[in-house]
Amino acid sequence: MHQLAPLSDGADKFIATRAAYGKALLELGNQHQDVIVLDADLSGSTKTAVFRKAHPDRFFNCGVAESNMMGTAAGLACSGRTVFASSFAMFATGKAWEPIRQTICVPSMNVKICASHAGLTVGEDGKSHQMLEDITLMRVLPNMKVIVPADSVETAEAVRLAYETPGPVYVRLSRASTPVIFGDDYRLELGRGSLLREGSDVCIAACGVELAEALIAADILASRNIEARVVNLACIDPIDVDLIVDSAERCGAILTAEEHQIRGGFGDAVAQAVVRHHPVPMDLVGMDDSFGQSGPAPDLIRHYGLDGASLADRAENLIKRKKR
Amino acid sequence: MTLSREKATNIRKVAREVRLDVVRMVHAAACGHPGGPLGMADFMTTLFLEHLNLTAENRLDDDRDRFVLGNGHTCAGYYALLAHKGLISKDTLLSFRKMGSPLQGHPNRNLDLGIDFSTGSLGTGLSVAQGMALGARLNGWDSRVYCTSSDGESQEGQIWEAATSAAHWGLGNLTVMVDFNNIQIDGPMREVMNVRDLEAKYKAFGWHAVTVDGHDVVAVDQALCAAKEVAEQPSAIIAVTTIGKGVSYMEDTSDWHGCAPNDEQLAQALEELSAPVS
Repeated sequence: MHQLAPLSDGADKFIATRAAYGKALLELGNQHQDVIVLDADLSGSTKTAVFRKAHPDRFFNCGVAESNMMGTAAGLACSGRTVFASSFAMFATGKAWEPIRQTICVPSMNVKICASHAGLTVGEDGKSHQMLEDITLMRVLPNMKVIVPADSVETAEAVRLAYETPGPVYVRLSRASTPVIFGDDYRLELGRGSLLREGSDVCIAACGVELAEALIAADILASRNIEARVVNLACIDPIDVDLIVDSAERCGAILTAEEHQIRGGFGDAVAQAVVRHHPVPMDLVGMDDSFGQSGPAPDLIRHYGLDGASLADRAENLIKRKKR
Repeated sequence: MTLSREKATNIRKVAREVRLDVVRMVHAAACGHPGGPLGMADFMTTLFLEHLNLTAENRLDDDRDRFVLGNGHTCAGYYALLAHKGLISKDTLLSFRKMGSPLQGHPNRNLDLGIDFSTGSLGTGLSVAQGMALGARLNGWDSRVYCTSSDGESQEGQIWEAATSAAHWGLGNLTVMVDFNNIQIDGPMREVMNVRDLEAKYKAFGWHAVTVDGHDVVAVDQALCAAKEVAEQPSAIIAVTTIGKGVSYMEDTSDWHGCAPNDEQLAQALEELSAPVS
């Protein structure tokens, strides 16, 4: 049976995953001399500057040239280095998608793309910087692994896992401070999700900043006498098919939640597993074929229906579609 | 030092063999890109015989030189040179572009065969090559990295991103050879999109740059020797060539960029390429 993941006891702690990335990268660099870090003029924001200050000889600023940064990363990987390349998710995966495909994924180079400022929670910078298509762009690529950590603890685990996993890995990070969900003894495994809350009326599967919203939704549903199972699927590719099938069998309905377009994104990955292995009614919460806009991150999450209360309503409606 | 007469003659002879292999391979595949590699054969053979430190024995050694075929579609000539150096069997050459072959229509990284990197999408090769050069320097390897490019490929913006960073990082162990034949798929480069003076452009980006006759193996050799003497700048050698060189009906036309000869055309090509080398 699936064990409940160890959860944090400091419910009021908020840390941005990008900040956790900077710290984890520094520790990784301290331990492993093969680690090289590249950035595209955003090291203060992506937090690779933390590594830069400690290891200036293993940090290279590529300037505002993301495509060249990805090719450079591939070339450096040819010399036996493990290369971490960071920028904002928009430019790292959007502008540089084709070099990522051709020079990192086709020859399966040991490059880790850790991109910050993904999703709506970029906030006031608006739609030009709110990357809502990166999960789609990365998970569609053969050889690429995709991890979307939900909090600072899981981000540190994602960095460790990315280093230990040969070949290309994409790690999606956020700008905004988010609640610390996991306890310090939490471990992330490739292709394995985790169970955060048990329930059998409906399953809410989430990743990234939506995991905290899913937990809020489960509390709201409990007050309506609905027991929701909450699963975390930070590793989107490869995805935990066993946990998805187990959730479909137990709950009979799955709601997915992502801070991303639902087309081709996280919910789509879950839906593929459900359709192939154990079809049950599903609903997908995320951006439904629209771009974002400027505004405070919490307001944007509410406006686009990605908050816990909206998830609870969508889950309740989904339950009505379950076979009697 | 100037290339000896014997060496120059040998390079020309091997370049002729490369050209013969190219037309045979493309004919056997019934598709491919013969024009580019025919034009590049003289400077590529000079590089592979006199400069590129890559052999069947050292192909996996850290300190070997690296090669990236930026204009990946010209790989028939690249494969033929790897075969000449004993890294690919002559039989394998004729599997070019066929199902299951390691000799894909555009290069696929295969260190066992001496293929250092996958290319085919124009604009990506130079970025990877300068990453390799940076990695070699960080690792303290005595390796040089060679990369080819072309006038058409110079229309890609990523080339100039890489040109900027390679100079910024002072990668003296990097040399790019640009095949300048004024032909691209849709016609003459100067009509499609004129890239103008690439020597001046590379110099403006902070590179050591020279323009040579890409068919003059002595001049090409001198340019490659001079590039090794430049310690803190990458080098660009603009090699002016005639596309399709050696096969009269393929010369100076975009018609044979990506087209295979039929049996009759192959016979003519083989006859023309069999003329004695001086």
